[in-house]
Amino acid sequence: MSSDSEGDGERSTDPDSVPRKGLQGPRPGERTRPHGRRSGQGIRIDPQAEATHQPRRTAISALVKNEPGVLAEVSGLVSRRQFNIESLTVGPTTNPETSRITLVIEEPDPGVRQVERQLEKLLPVISVRELGTDAVRRELVVLKVHGDRPDEVNAITQMYDGRTLDAGPRTITVEITGDEQKIDDAIDAFRQFGIRELARTGQTALARGDEWTTHAEEERYEQLRSETDPTPTTADD
Amino acid sequence: MSERASATRPDADADAEDGASTSGDDRGEQHPTDSEETARTASGRPVTTGAQAVVAALEAAGARHVFGVQGGAIMPVYDALYDADLTHVTMAHEQGASHAADAYGQVTGEPGVCMATSGPGATNLVTGIADANMDSDPLIALTGQVPTDFVGNDAFQETDTIGVTRPITKANYFASESTTVGDTVGEAFALAGAGRPGPTLVDLPKDVTNAETDRGPEEGALPEYYEVPEGANESAVEAAATALARAEKPLILSGGGVTKGDASEQLRAFAIDHGIPVVTTMPGIGTFPEDHDLSLSWAGMHGTGYANMAISHTDCLLAVGTRFDDRLTGGIETFAPDAAVIHVDIDAAEISKNVHADYPLIGDAGTILDQLAETMPAAFEAVGTGSDSYEEWREQCASWKEEYPMDYATPDDQPVKPQFVVEALDELTPDDTIVTSGVGQHQMWASQYWTFRHPRTWISSHGLGTMGYGLPAAIGAKMAAPDRDVVCFDGDGSFLMTLQELSVAVREDLDVTVVVLNNEAIGMVRQWQDAFFDERRMASMYGWMPDFAQLAEAFGARGFTLREYDDVADTLQAAIDYDGPSVVDAHIDPDENVYPMVPSGGDNSQFALSEDQL
Repeated sequence: MSSDSEGDGERSTDPDSVPRKGLQGPRPGERTRPHGRRSGQGIRIDPQAEATHQPRRTAISALVKNEPGVLAEVSGLVSRRQFNIESLTVGPTTNPETSRITLVIEEPDPGVRQVERQLEKLLPVISVRELGTDAVRRELVVLKVHGDRPDEVNAITQMYDGRTLDAGPRTITVEITGDEQKIDDAIDAFRQFGIRELARTGQTALARGDEWTTHAEEERYEQLRSETDPTPTTADD
Repeated sequence: MSERASATRPDADADAEDGASTSGDDRGEQHPTDSEETARTASGRPVTTGAQAVVAALEAAGARHVFGVQGGAIMPVYDALYDADLTHVTMAHEQGASHAADAYGQVTGEPGVCMATSGPGATNLVTGIADANMDSDPLIALTGQVPTDFVGNDAFQETDTIGVTRPITKANYFASESTTVGDTVGEAFALAGAGRPGPTLVDLPKDVTNAETDRGPEEGALPEYYEVPEGANESAVEAAATALARAEKPLILSGGGVTKGDASEQLRAFAIDHGIPVVTTMPGIGTFPEDHDLSLSWAGMHGTGYANMAISHTDCLLAVGTRFDDRLTGGIETFAPDAAVIHVDIDAAEISKNVHADYPLIGDAGTILDQLAETMPAAFEAVGTGSDSYEEWREQCASWKEEYPMDYATPDDQPVKPQFVVEALDELTPDDTIVTSGVGQHQMWASQYWTFRHPRTWISSHGLGTMGYGLPAAIGAKMAAPDRDVVCFDGDGSFLMTLQELSVAVREDLDVTVVVLNNEAIGMVRQWQDAFFDERRMASMYGWMPDFAQLAEAFGARGFTLREYDDVADTLQAAIDYDGPSVVDAHIDPDENVYPMVPSGGDNSQFALSEDQL
């Protein structure tokens, strides 16, 4: 507005004071430039230990409200933000009002943090946590092979601790449960019989041992226990 | 509207389908035997329908204005508005309603409300909702929906509004019960303004709003599990303060979050007390007075040369309420590459999303700036420095201001320069004038050459870049602040997209001044085509434009035409003086381009001052 506040006194809109010169200053190549740079993930690069963040595979567990549209919200978020998702499983918990979603993703560290934080922003998401490498993880595959070598199929099923779900004259259907590697191996082993169809679930997982998968469940568990246990060990009443 | 959409038939069906408990209970509650007091609207009428519960929730939340367009499925809600303590502004198009409500929300700081019917009404709101989402503006959209038992059957004027708006809303709700629809609207309203603001939507099936209920809304409460962080923890603040105290070239980057968090006062105080230069983002314009010595104006693609030099050379960037949009950062590899980044944001998901935060401070901007201010003396003492040690840096920033002054050439043989028009209008209007804009070259000139001094005076479409935003935004802004001057800079292309809203400005008798910087082109595209597409101006030149002054007169507004430097001041003054909507068709130099410019994905320090530097 008033020219004295502009610092360069020339910015008058009085037409008589023209002509003005246009933008001035050293050309791009003549300017001082900063020394550093950042990685594509926006991290300042330390010349001593140039950090490269390789993708890693990890499982994220989300406790969500059991209401319509949650899965659409989660999967929409994952696809819109281009997260590299390996599998997504969902099912109810002991609390009928909540479900657990287990996401297996392959992302560099900043991406993993983003998945967690973006999930947390969704309204129906109660609690999110990345599971440690020691988490208990399981996957299920149901596969159907040609039935002309039933004894051999049965032998392989037993080797993988599987069960036969259906055996007819032309097809045999079995289930195998285990970690991802075991499922991959089992599928390979059954290939010799000719796999007609298969369905696998993707990983579902819980934190190992005494650790809680999500804090929200710990709180609820303690609350329910204190309600049902007439002699609480703690001092609260 | 169709007979079907406007029919009230589904009432009975809905109650029957709701089935057992709830609807039965509702009927029970309506009997006088129930001791519970009947819910009432702000105007004292008893709530008898879902639609009235919706309106009662708006009234209870403090909404004053609703921007919308009538239609079949939203008719029950409009009927409830008939007696309400709310002013409804009928817009020419639903997109206008969402932009007007968005601007209203930005000016007041409270969620703006827009309303539309199902199907095309709802989809027409979508651009405005997406715009509000990108700019974190508080907005609530209420959409009509076909009756519940038609949903999913491709009924007349049906759209899966929830599905369509899920990725562009902070939260959206399908109202399924007349007994709870008021609570849902209350929650949506509370949520829109809480924490990081954003748009929320409630989809209202016609049977739900038509259904009888005497249950009004509870007080608008945030949903369970929704937590708004306050301050950051002390040790994180100390670490950040120490980094700042240790810095030699600190810089504050003030973003739109400073406006949303009403933290402009704290930011000014912090910068001035510690002598730290300030650049803003484009949505952060106004958070720091641009006429202050410490101000370097705004950084980014078309920001000032000195802002971009400072942001490239800083060794400690205190970034407050910004999401590090690519228009700001240019190429991430070269963005503030020597800087330790202190990132203050209320949304944890913004931390290290685009730029790694060395010192994340999650919480309310004002609270955290207060915390930082308290911690700074101890930090200076511990590090053995003080704000005096920034002196050399301040001088460096000042010298960049001299080296790269914002200026434009004004040869006599060329038409009026747009920058000149912007500066002239700035001189003729008060400091607290609200400026809205469309999107394009004119938007850049307005933000470069207008001197902003106050938050909530620059209302524009930043993240989404919605052409046509300016005029409906001016209507919303004027409704929000009737005592302030409101001017809109628009481009000819941008203005053409929503100029039907002039009818609203005239009908509502709004004293807004629209200045169309007319270069008969989609100028920004034309500029890029000239620079990057061998001057192949595909579909960017109009060749013919309506006479905007005559068009304004046809709408019942005042029209002016501007072609000469000598006429600029008088014509603008006449437009300002006219007590009602006016449109100035300012014919500007069609070859003028926006500079400085950082090419997309480029290095901020390598901004081009002219086309031959690209």
